[in-house]
Amino acid sequence: MKDRATTIVAFCCIYCAYAAADLAGSMRLQYPANVRIIRTPCTGRLEVEYFLKAFENGADGVLVAGCEEGSCHFKEGNLIAKRRVAYARKFLAESGLEPERLKMVNVSAAMARQLTEHIKEMAETVNRLRPSPLNTTKQSARQEAKL
Amino acid sequence: MIVAERKSINELVDMLPNGSKILVLGCGTCVTVCLAGGEREVSIIASALRIASRTRGLDYQVSELTIERQCDNIFIEQAAEAIEKADVVLSLGCGAGVQAIAERYLKKPVYAGLNTKFLGILEERGIWTEKCAQCGSCVLHQFGGICPVTRCAKHLLNGPCGGSREDRCEVRPDRHCAWQLIYRRLKGIGQLERLEKIEPPKQWSTSLSGGPRVIIREDHRI
Repeated sequence: MKDRATTIVAFCCIYCAYAAADLAGSMRLQYPANVRIIRTPCTGRLEVEYFLKAFENGADGVLVAGCEEGSCHFKEGNLIAKRRVAYARKFLAESGLEPERLKMVNVSAAMARQLTEHIKEMAETVNRLRPSPLNTTKQSARQEAKL
Repeated sequence: MIVAERKSINELVDMLPNGSKILVLGCGTCVTVCLAGGEREVSIIASALRIASRTRGLDYQVSELTIERQCDNIFIEQAAEAIEKADVVLSLGCGAGVQAIAERYLKKPVYAGLNTKFLGILEERGIWTEKCAQCGSCVLHQFGGICPVTRCAKHLLNGPCGGSREDRCEVRPDRHCAWQLIYRRLKGIGQLERLEKIEPPKQWSTSLSGGPRVIIREDHRI
């Protein structure tokens, strides 16, 4: 097996977690470098297939970071996201991936430290679970060769 | 509308042959509305199958397509090219859709990706309930628009049964007693006297019990 760095995709709501990630930068907080932050208008915009496609395309872990419950800019986007994450986790389990690779967290725009802790926790989870088997199979090797 | 529910990925993997080119074919009508087999669900199931293929070494090649209606030849034609290219079709249509595709493509295996459950409505967000048992001989006018054949667990036409608790069914306490609903409804529309009529035993030969049904409209035939 080729030694491969892991990748964590973090879908961050622009109203909270994305701002918290920005603040983390301003505060010079350290967090794992393998996280790829994707700005989203609201976690409620994220569909189940986005999470599955992230894994298909090489993510080893996916973090969904939305506003604290009751604080969604669109009232219930983060509550919808919570249900969708739970639903997507079922698909992961049925498809042979560990559901722990997908997780939803809630932070406010001021919670930079908590966000970095969540990212670190996800990095630890991914390290414990090892890289996603999708990134170590023949098919992914073929895809990488094409790239 | 027809309400269906997805099969688990394990069930799908059990039915789909290893190393095959699979077309996941959605339907844009009833199963889209009940969130079981529309474009979005096609995308999710296809993704999950691709992931399962890679974690279990099944070597699937999965493609996706959703047509407007799977139970109609005019729309099935739009999937012709994709179906030809695939080894097998995993239909996310209802049972009628699956069979319509299978009848049109005699040499192509067509599998059902959904369990077709019932004819019903969206009761509230994320909850669908059965409303019509398609008995073939509608009695709704007699019962204030509430179907005792479908919604009474015992299909009683001269109810209630006496086992209901408050306004709940004794068979399914999470459901209303259909006869309580019928009483309230008839009272509301001033037709309580309808309940004085004794309904004779139902003629079930018009239902599926009489065999698969067919309707022929001579005025539409040439």
